[in-house]
Amino acid sequence: MKTSRASSRDQANRQDIRRKGDAYAGVGSSDLALGIDRITCDGYGSCAELLPEMIALDDWGYPILRPGPVPAALLGHARMAVDTCPVLALRLVAVARATMAPATNAPATSAPAAAVRAGGPARSTNR
Amino acid sequence: MTARLLAGPALDAGPEPLAGHVARLGPLPGPAERQGIAPLLESAGLLGRGGAGFPVGRKWSSVASRSGGRAVVLANGAEGEPLSAKDRVLMSTRPHLVLDGAELAAAAVGADQIVIYVGSEHRAARAAIERAMDERMADMRRIATRVPTELVAAPPTYIAGEESAAVHFVNDGDARPVTTPPRPFERGIDGRPTLVQNVESLAHAALIARHGDEWYRGMGRAETPGTALITIGGAPRPGVAEIEIGTTLADVAQIAGAPASLGPVLLGGYFGGWVAGPSAWQTPLDPQELRRAGSAFGCGVVRFLRDDECGVRATALILDFMAGQSAAQCGPCVFGLRAIADATARLAQGTARDDDLRRVGGWSQTLAGRGACRHPDGAVGLLRSALRTFDDDFNSHQRGRGCVAGRRAWAAA
Repeated sequence: MKTSRASSRDQANRQDIRRKGDAYAGVGSSDLALGIDRITCDGYGSCAELLPEMIALDDWGYPILRPGPVPAALLGHARMAVDTCPVLALRLVAVARATMAPATNAPATSAPAAAVRAGGPARSTNR
Repeated sequence: MTARLLAGPALDAGPEPLAGHVARLGPLPGPAERQGIAPLLESAGLLGRGGAGFPVGRKWSSVASRSGGRAVVLANGAEGEPLSAKDRVLMSTRPHLVLDGAELAAAAVGADQIVIYVGSEHRAARAAIERAMDERMADMRRIATRVPTELVAAPPTYIAGEESAAVHFVNDGDARPVTTPPRPFERGIDGRPTLVQNVESLAHAALIARHGDEWYRGMGRAETPGTALITIGGAPRPGVAEIEIGTTLADVAQIAGAPASLGPVLLGGYFGGWVAGPSAWQTPLDPQELRRAGSAFGCGVVRFLRDDECGVRATALILDFMAGQSAAQCGPCVFGLRAIADATARLAQGTARDDDLRRVGGWSQTLAGRGACRHPDGAVGLLRSALRTFDDDFNSHQRGRGCVAGRRAWAAA
């Protein structure tokens, strides 16, 4: 059971991923980005433990992703986070087509993002 | 005010019958011409009227390119937005325009099935559509172009009109959004490519198919041509009106008999945002212009805030509604919207905790893009516009000084 914890953890955490992730800026990025099936995600939080450079948790324990491609140096950790998500909600998606959550009111026909599971069996996340 | 969609018999005369509709507007183009309608809509510059404002012709082309002749058209008349009435007025008075548009869409995208999806609470609209479908079935001249059409009553929830929720409901009886991709245009009803299009957009398409793209561009602005249906509230003459795109809020206030106060207006409904001041009142109501100005035309709601209404209280009621209408599938939406709604309610009632306003401000920045659908994005977009527009009021409420405005309860009309 989740309850509302002390506030602004949200924002502090966001600054935290920005700082940690910034260390990898310009080091060389992969062509993959993180994506989350928000319906499947139950807020276990293991992803934020394994990949704090890219993932923070909000006030209720649900992940906030750092936008953009996963730095190449972190790809191994990202795969680990994907593979150990207890409900298989975390994915790596091709970055060129990663339009999972555009910032504006999304047109219904914006380019689809192809889900690419990193390792493990292919698994449909729709319904 | 102008009249294209709403031209013809008086609106209180009820649904226009098929015979009158055809006598007034002429028949639809034949089967051969229907193939070319998507490019025609694109050159007309028609934007979707469900809220997102995506170019209609481009959407039809993208479904056509993958349909293989077995696509489905879903005409979206769920209209779960509490402040909007334009879709139900259109369906209740001009049902054949909507059905014409759906039939054209089916030909253009290569669909062999049409679903007319109408909010179950919109009884007059459902009755009008049903009767219009019967009239068309009985019309032997239409046999060659007839597409099997089904009327589906949408559950009376806000989220039922979201396109993946609409498809989910038709497929499985569950009107909750699903994780995308695949989006409905890739895999929708019965796994087939599905065009989900708002009923007003379809009605415009029915007129453009008859009169052409240049005719359509004869009204509105160069950037976004045409006319649009809007729903006006908070004014002496509320209701649905058709305006030329580019009409200003000041013009709409005049049409509706509202004072030219330059005061707060909720634009675009619960998924839109608050604007106020001279520049907002002079900005053309054009989806593209408004997007640049950081607001939204959305589904065409224009709700004036009356002098004796409090913007903080109005916002609290909207956020409570949005939290209650979450499909309860995604954690950030379930917990985040509830927390925002509760804190805003305390602010509205003058019982705020020490840091409620600060927390609400923080949450307004961290929820967008974190749901399977855009429901949380809409709610926090509205919240951010309220924090901007009612900055002084929110601060005064946080300090427990209550309302600078009146105490009148805020209601949709």
